[in-house]
Amino acid sequence: MSETIPIERLRMDADIVCVGFGPASAGFLATLSKQLVNSDGTPAVESVVMPGMPPQVLCYERADDIGFGVSGIVTRAQALKASFPEIKTAGIPMAAPVGEEKVLYLLDPHGASRRSATLRAADALIRLTKWALPFEHHALNLPWTPSFLHKHDGMILSMGQFMQWVGAQVQGTGAVQIWPGTPVSEALVEDRKVVGVRLLDQGVDKKGNPSDGFTPGMDIHAALTVVADGPVGPIGRQLDEQFGLPDGHRIRDWAIGMKFVVDLPEDTPLKAGTVLHTFGYPEPEIFGFLYVHPDRIASLGIFVPSWFDSPARTAYRYLQHWILHPYLWRHLKGARLRSWGAKTLGESGKHGEPHLAGDGYARIGEGSGSTNVLTGSGVDEAWATGTQLAEAVVELLKAGKPFTKQNLDETYVQRRRASWVEAEGRIAEKSRDGFQKGVVTGMVGMALAGMTNGKLSLGSAPVQPWKRIPTVEDYFDGKISRGEIAKIRDACKTGNVPLHGALMDKAGWPAIPFDGQLLVSHQDALLMGGKVQAPHGCADHVVFLHPELCEKCGERICIEACSGQAIYPGDAGVPNFDREKCVHCGACIWNCSQANPENPERMNIAFRAGAGGLHSAEN
Amino acid sequence: MSTAYQIVVCGSIVPDPLQTLEPIASPAGPALKNEMMMPAILDPWAGHALFEAANLAKNQPGSKVWLVSLGPKAKLQQVMMTVAQKVPFELVALDGPANGFTNAAETAAALAEAIEAIPGLDKSRLLVFGGWESASRGAGATMQIVGERLGITDQFQGVDSLTVSDDGSLEILERIEGGKHQVSKCAGAPALLGWATGNLPEPKNNPQVGMVNMRTVMPALQKARSVKFCGDGLSFASVALPKQMRETQIVKDKSPDEIATEIVEWIKK
Repeated sequence: MSETIPIERLRMDADIVCVGFGPASAGFLATLSKQLVNSDGTPAVESVVMPGMPPQVLCYERADDIGFGVSGIVTRAQALKASFPEIKTAGIPMAAPVGEEKVLYLLDPHGASRRSATLRAADALIRLTKWALPFEHHALNLPWTPSFLHKHDGMILSMGQFMQWVGAQVQGTGAVQIWPGTPVSEALVEDRKVVGVRLLDQGVDKKGNPSDGFTPGMDIHAALTVVADGPVGPIGRQLDEQFGLPDGHRIRDWAIGMKFVVDLPEDTPLKAGTVLHTFGYPEPEIFGFLYVHPDRIASLGIFVPSWFDSPARTAYRYLQHWILHPYLWRHLKGARLRSWGAKTLGESGKHGEPHLAGDGYARIGEGSGSTNVLTGSGVDEAWATGTQLAEAVVELLKAGKPFTKQNLDETYVQRRRASWVEAEGRIAEKSRDGFQKGVVTGMVGMALAGMTNGKLSLGSAPVQPWKRIPTVEDYFDGKISRGEIAKIRDACKTGNVPLHGALMDKAGWPAIPFDGQLLVSHQDALLMGGKVQAPHGCADHVVFLHPELCEKCGERICIEACSGQAIYPGDAGVPNFDREKCVHCGACIWNCSQANPENPERMNIAFRAGAGGLHSAEN
Repeated sequence: MSTAYQIVVCGSIVPDPLQTLEPIASPAGPALKNEMMMPAILDPWAGHALFEAANLAKNQPGSKVWLVSLGPKAKLQQVMMTVAQKVPFELVALDGPANGFTNAAETAAALAEAIEAIPGLDKSRLLVFGGWESASRGAGATMQIVGERLGITDQFQGVDSLTVSDDGSLEILERIEGGKHQVSKCAGAPALLGWATGNLPEPKNNPQVGMVNMRTVMPALQKARSVKFCGDGLSFASVALPKQMRETQIVKDKSPDEIATEIVEWIKK
């Protein structure tokens, strides 16, 4: 918001303030909370701000409750098991040990997807020899997959339920406090030292100007700020902007993960623990997953990556086509939607690792580049980085040393460098570069990197997402004529609707046979599955930075890709934003074809701190 | 004249209203499917009562607010992290069911017992607040029975406004039929008020209030007394949700009249 008039802000002091309650900060707090108080109740280390007490540790979470995040996870859970040896029998709702694992190549039964000549030839060969292959319902069950893709002895978890369970464990210690519904708007930086955070202003209008009940966000000062707000979190991105990234590091690879949690039909043959991963359909670039929880519940969804060069990449419709693939539909027909959501995944991995520590702050979790892009694993790695930081913090607190960059480097960063997260992250570092050249190159590159421990890889370093987005006309060249596209543009403009529905219809995608319980409209998914809500008195957190760029933009992929249809066509070409539909997936920051003139590593949409979002604890 | 009240708010938790509820039959009687998996909130009716209580306490120096809450301990802990940021209170936690399928008399007995056990309770200064309805106990009888058990005879339900007069008497507006209010006066505490919506907006989150509340919230949860209900004399003939039919349209440019006409036509079908 504009601060031309000085605003008097209240200040509160803590010892440690944590931004975001995801798996990384949960690992941090779970480890830390056990070591702050002795068994006799006396402080193991003393607070600076409240002498005589244990350190005051506060964690601020943006969402309205803990466990409202989105992530369908299958994990080896090695870090989780190290923290909670009894985790498999802890009674976490929706948790199941990994059972059967399958990787499926899905062929296109409709001929609507955009496939390269190589893939078309491969598809023809598979169909020709299907009698000799494990082929059924237009899907090839890969008879062998490399071990790095497996999650043997791992777990299927609902992120929401797991986070609620961990939250109860952590808060039950009484040593730390987790405050949901409290977004952090910025890090407080003085002389390149992070001294705390500022909470979001409340009682403001859409633009952030004071309105009824204006309550300025409080400044929380702390000796250590733990930044764990994920790949699109405003604090991590602020620090990236302010301090830059290490030489050669770039954050350019992203994906949107969209998922359903469903009740499977009563007669489902799918057993709890089943893990299916798919590729090849609805577009070759889109990956899918289906994990079966106990009690006939399943998490299923797709990942749409930033290197899928479609300017009409709507995850919601593609997810429905994926569900309707014959291999999956035989299991999902009659299923019922329980929950729905979407989340951006930071797919840069170590490519995008920021400075892990600085004076007064440390970075953990997905926003710190911990995700392993080869194994497709992020939660376990994020958790591990949190535990590593907690051990470092306890060491520094006990030694009475301040949280300087040097001290954090020597404790936290050193632990991380010596860990399996780092070793496996290095193997994975260039494993996905091949996807910059195409799906086949990408798959081969992954296999090469995985089987040579990262010594070999294919492809080149990723380019900025905005550079990859073609025009609508170029993307559909050969499928839809320019004249037809012009007509579609006119009709959609008149109807004030996105382009992707009409474009996909015209490109040969069949209509979705809505059944009112699983196949529902996008708007109904918001109501039935996402249960999205936004509190009054907060500013719009999605901001179009240079409206003049939007006005001349021909793609407006932000509208097409918006997970909640919260971004929709606006009158003068500048999209509108409806805060009450936003699921906070953050995909708009990388689904934009216009470079930010001030920083070409970023695009023309700012995704700021915001309250509300999904109200589902099952995702 | 200013009175230092002891204001006890009875408020439990309910599933987040955005969730889809499904009643099921369990060995112990009706229950909600996946109740422990669903996010919960403070009952909205009780929320109004709590905000009114905090406002009254602020305006009557020396007053104090307790929140007596009965629900599964793990869920109470979760909900308190949101509620505790709103207004100052001291928590009295009872670990028990909050699914709405309990006998109102048993629930009221447990709440009244917990109120009686508050150290230093002075009934001459006691105001008991709660929701006149509950999102999980629609019978609306619980608060009345709480009052009866505490021996409070001045009871008001559907309250939208409470004014403390200079002489210490209370002027209370209760909802009655036809969108009107009944104005009542009573001499003062003790009194029980089952609140409707009141007039106050939901307070903004205040981290300082949260920090202060947490000094009592966690200890209260740790020593929460377990409450078990036997359910004697209570039987459920059937439990079901109303049938729903969904047909969504996205309209941006229709007038309210057009929308109303269309809805009427749809209902007629």
